[in-house]
Amino acid sequence: MSAYTSRIATTTRGRRVGPRIAASLLYPLGLPMLLLVSWGLVSTRGTSRFFPGPLTIADAFLQTWVGPAFVEDVLPSLARLGLGVAASIVLGIAAGTVIGLVVWLRELLEPLLEFLRAIPPPVLIPVVMLLLGITDTMKVVVIVSGAVWPILLNTIEGVRATDSVMKETAESFQVSWWERLWFLVLPAASPRIMAGVRQALSVALILMVISEMFASSSGLGYRIAYFQRNYLIAEMWSGILLLGLVGVFLAVAFGLVERRVLRWYHGIREVNRA
Amino acid sequence: MRVFSTRRLRALRKALLGVVGLTGFLVVWQLIPTLGLVNPLYLPYVTDVLARLFEQLVDLAFWRRLGSTMTSWAIGLTVATIAAVALGTVVGLVPFLRRSTHTVVEFLRPIPSVALIPLAVLMFGIQMQAALVIIVYASFWQVFVQVIYGVADVDVVARDTARSFGLTRREQLTHLVLPTTLPYLMTGLRLAAAVALILAITAEMVIGNPGLGRMIELSRSAGDAAGLYALVVVTGLLGLAVNIVFRFIERRVLSWHQSIRGEEAR
Repeated sequence: MSAYTSRIATTTRGRRVGPRIAASLLYPLGLPMLLLVSWGLVSTRGTSRFFPGPLTIADAFLQTWVGPAFVEDVLPSLARLGLGVAASIVLGIAAGTVIGLVVWLRELLEPLLEFLRAIPPPVLIPVVMLLLGITDTMKVVVIVSGAVWPILLNTIEGVRATDSVMKETAESFQVSWWERLWFLVLPAASPRIMAGVRQALSVALILMVISEMFASSSGLGYRIAYFQRNYLIAEMWSGILLLGLVGVFLAVAFGLVERRVLRWYHGIREVNRA
Repeated sequence: MRVFSTRRLRALRKALLGVVGLTGFLVVWQLIPTLGLVNPLYLPYVTDVLARLFEQLVDLAFWRRLGSTMTSWAIGLTVATIAAVALGTVVGLVPFLRRSTHTVVEFLRPIPSVALIPLAVLMFGIQMQAALVIIVYASFWQVFVQVIYGVADVDVVARDTARSFGLTRREQLTHLVLPTTLPYLMTGLRLAAAVALILAITAEMVIGNPGLGRMIELSRSAGDAAGLYALVVVTGLLGLAVNIVFRFIERRVLSWHQSIRGEEAR
């Protein structure tokens, strides 16, 4: 019924191609343009020093970040972020699978993990600083210490919720332990694991910035705090913009990976819905 | 009857194992500095930390700091929730708005809120308002996105039925949209409460407005390891309390909903 009506709708719409293209451009770009223009107008009219216009910020962005600063401050930050996230994923999935499969281990660790997860991750920065000093390792460890929890707990949940009929079928067909893990348990848990990775990414980005604002003499977070302390307003805004771009890039990249990994899962859900 | 008792036995076993796990963690923590694996200056004895924790609990200054942290948490969460519910409902219900705001939302949402700390400090100085900017920004998106999903999730048949029965806009909102959105809203609220607490403490650590976060930073720079660890434990307990309270509220508010009724029937 719904397929029938939708087909009719597309044929009538198909006649007016020009307005459709205009609409598909206007919808995603209209509001951002409007906001940028009104920001520009307000900043030229207004007297507030703290809100420079978009052109000033764009200029500062090119001046500040294109060139050696990119190699000295941005790349090391991103490398630490990547390393921390990768370590959290490996650690979280490995430990989560073991804990999820072994019942007594899960019951032993559950309250403890529940407590450790509830600690606000930035609080761990001073603790890790105390234990490791102010080093690159410390910053990676800080990222891992915050980002591992969502992945670990979601993996435990996902592994635990593997369909019992499938598990018993695999057992009675004498599928080996490794094969069962690789072809049944991990795929079954993968939607939950990906949800955990998504949360971990945003936690990791926050921890990267904070650990650099806190204890560093280089890196993205340090630079932004430095600009603010020296009243370099446009440069500070350009740093915020860069962090925003990093956040958007991570979200897009994650979306692509997730679509690839969970292709089968989204396929099943669509079939079920139709 | 036998099923009941085995279930109770299992629950008992679970609780017992949990206690053993926690105790084991504390014992390992105590052993590490005792055996000299890590200098007690950096990893204090668990007994010292617990003693310090109880010392804090009878200190009025500690409660005042806890109070200011929780105040900024509560104000930030309330402002963010109200704004997100109002905007989310409007944007979610009007297809034109949903389409035209999509890009802006997708760009603004992943910006880490801590990136705004310098801006907030410039605008408000070392005050609670600066922390509120960051708390509101972070928790707003959690609720907003869930509300938009929830409002869009209204069952087509139910909507058509409501329309053909001639329900007014207002009746449709209370009897159709609200019940559909409520589970999503509660999820968003639970996430936002946790995020708001994280950022309330983070802001105090980095900006330096009074509260638990600043105390953590002060005990770090003073080299007071036992005090630092005691405060970390406090924040963990606080996070746990927030999780438990909001899970409880969620269950109460959604007691009519299938996801919770189904669980209790089992």
